[in-house]
Amino acid sequence: MGVLTAVIRLALRDLRRRRTEALLLLIAIAATTTTLTVGLTVGGAADRPWDRTRAATAAPDAVATSARSADLTALANAPGVTGTAGPYPTVSVTDLRVRDVRVAAVVQGRDTATGPVDRPVVTAGGWVRRGGVVVERAFAHALKARPGDEITIAGRRLRVAGVAITAARVPYPSSTPGLVWTTRADLRLLGRPVTSHVMPIRLADPSTAPAFAAAHRNVRSWQDMGAYATAELHLVNQALLTGTWALALLAVACVAVLVGGRLADQIRRVGLLKAVGATPRLVAVVLLAEHLLVALAAAAVGLFAGWAAAPALARPSTGLLATGRPDLTPGSAVIVVAVALAVTGAATLVPAVRGARTSTVRALAGPARAPRRSPRLVALSARLPVPLLLGVRLAVRRPRRAVLALVSLAITGAMVVSAIALNGDITRKDARTTGIMFVPGAPNPVTEQVDHVVFVITFALLALAAVNAVLIAWATSLDSRRPTALARALGATPGQVTAGLSAAQLFPAALAGTLAIPLGLAVYAGARAAGGASGGGAIPYAWLPAVIPGTLVAVALLTALPVRMAGRRPVAEVLRAE
Amino acid sequence: MAILRACGLRKEYGRGTGLVRAVDHVDLDVEAGETVAIVGPSGCGKSTLLHLLGGLERPTGGELRLADRRIDRMSETELARLRRQAIGFVFQAFQLVDELTALENVELPALLAGAGPRVARRRAVELLERVGLADRAAHLPAALSGGQRQRVAVARALVGRPYVVLADEPTGNLDSAATTEVLRLFAALRADGQTLLLVTHESRVAATADRVITMRDGALVGQTNLAGAGGGLGAFAGLEG
Repeated sequence: MGVLTAVIRLALRDLRRRRTEALLLLIAIAATTTTLTVGLTVGGAADRPWDRTRAATAAPDAVATSARSADLTALANAPGVTGTAGPYPTVSVTDLRVRDVRVAAVVQGRDTATGPVDRPVVTAGGWVRRGGVVVERAFAHALKARPGDEITIAGRRLRVAGVAITAARVPYPSSTPGLVWTTRADLRLLGRPVTSHVMPIRLADPSTAPAFAAAHRNVRSWQDMGAYATAELHLVNQALLTGTWALALLAVACVAVLVGGRLADQIRRVGLLKAVGATPRLVAVVLLAEHLLVALAAAAVGLFAGWAAAPALARPSTGLLATGRPDLTPGSAVIVVAVALAVTGAATLVPAVRGARTSTVRALAGPARAPRRSPRLVALSARLPVPLLLGVRLAVRRPRRAVLALVSLAITGAMVVSAIALNGDITRKDARTTGIMFVPGAPNPVTEQVDHVVFVITFALLALAAVNAVLIAWATSLDSRRPTALARALGATPGQVTAGLSAAQLFPAALAGTLAIPLGLAVYAGARAAGGASGGGAIPYAWLPAVIPGTLVAVALLTALPVRMAGRRPVAEVLRAE
Repeated sequence: MAILRACGLRKEYGRGTGLVRAVDHVDLDVEAGETVAIVGPSGCGKSTLLHLLGGLERPTGGELRLADRRIDRMSETELARLRRQAIGFVFQAFQLVDELTALENVELPALLAGAGPRVARRRAVELLERVGLADRAAHLPAALSGGQRQRVAVARALVGRPYVVLADEPTGNLDSAATTEVLRLFAALRADGQTLLLVTHESRVAATADRVITMRDGALVGQTNLAGAGGGLGAFAGLEG
């Protein structure tokens, strides 16, 4: 009990003493846990709007379409079919007009009383009546049509009687053209030939719908329609989970830099703890406990922020019934907490154990870990101009830190490359959603949401990478106080030292920028393959080389302040202190 | 002619009641080829004076000239360039770069001054031979004794052929045998006409100088000429062999 009290007290005191670092740790881990929470929440609830819409609309398990009504009547007697409605005649038109908007539509002739299968839920106004049509809600949303508005179909003036939701057809624009219901009489009055007949089917076992659809021509199962109807939520979920992986890796780098920097700074404290009788295990436990406390706080922040942000980041199609705020399941909460602890544990364990194993006398003497030596690079750097000479030598002193900078920047660069490519895909897809099948000027809710989520993830990644770059520059400048002061005492100018410290940040950045291009294209190809995309991608090859100078400029700007401060530190003060 | 001249040199820290005069109106002339030792108790401002003379710290007031060039008004960059060519430093804690070998440490100032790698290497080898450490060239500082490390530091201070070598407690971290090694080296430098300014609290080291200046509370309070009085080169006599 006494040991536990000591561990908690030491951990809390140290956290309080280093509030800024603790806050940065919290932000880094919370960015990961928030994204993961949104991903898990959206993923767990992606099918719910479709399921609720199906239940509320007495949805068919399959929908058959045929040019001849007689074919559908025969299908109604097929084995496994327990109920049908219709067949309903449909007419395809290319001249539905609302105000000054003209678009194609499928007009379905319905009875004024709804049948046993496929009873659309009217969400505004009423059901079809003579002279009054009902517009599928997602289509109405794009048309900005409300009950009472005038609508012209094939030159015939009608009124919007209502807006409704159905699960017998995938909502607009995932299926085009948009759907409008009229009375059978009004359909006939359009004076256009019937294009096809539609029959909603109820099956004895809904799970057999895909097999039923495969066995009969022009039959679509509810599962197939559901996949299209909830496509945006599944795509958003996929983007969020991919982003979570990238953010988690960045968080590991961030935590590792902070913990490594703190440990170098805390080595004397470790010595003190050991000198007063703490065992190596207790020292490791204190260091781990400190960071795991932050991880738990970050998990709590992430769970709340993710739960709060989920509805804003992922909305089901307006063509489906809303299901309210998605719940956060206990299983999801456990995963989020476990990821926060794993990220922190992975980054803290090695330095904590290494710190605990440091001999008491050496730790009390205070020196940080001995810098690494690379004879080849030292010899090579002698041929370089002074700033590069200093940069190479400073970078190779701490190879682990350079690798962390490389990983952090390469992951961010890769995600930016894949986001650029994905954006190209979305733009191309949006460019295709023009023409008579689509409402002019109406946004595509599917691509809009994916675009939105990719932007948020990219922003979070860039922010975290920026924090990492600043932290790494800060850790490098602290760690190289003595060598840089010495270089200045031996004749290096403040400008040369500043440029050298900057070069030490830019070497891994240049490599990261170069690696980010193939890595980003691989992520993009993976995302396309996972999304089942066909055809060639929209990779903006002309822009890709700009990633390298872009990374360099961003890192140079971000690290300018810590590097400049380090380059101008009073030499005598540093040499006296060391 | 004085190679190094300070007139009314001051260094103050803090303000008001917290004002500390680390260096208080110091007037000092160091002649070319002379060895001057500054002695005094801990905290009297010896190291601060040395840092001021080497351009590592900026004076609060007064004038400072090196080889007749006024240096107290120089920018940090100009001072850095000056240190490359005109000043060599030897520190109490050696201040060698841990991850560089003895040879790489010695050639570092030459590289910083823009010398080609071959030229810098040749000069470093030559200086390591001069300080008797040619066989330790490939050793890291951690593998050298205290005396050897300080000899490497002296070799490094000489790379730029400086007008003056400033040594801050050069034997402060050394045992008796190592102190002898370093003093022998200083004797050799002195014989070659190298100007040396030593800060020390060891009378054995001070006794090797031509002139010993006593410092107290930031001010120079006394001066003893040892040249021709058994000091200077004469004091090194017992170190031979």
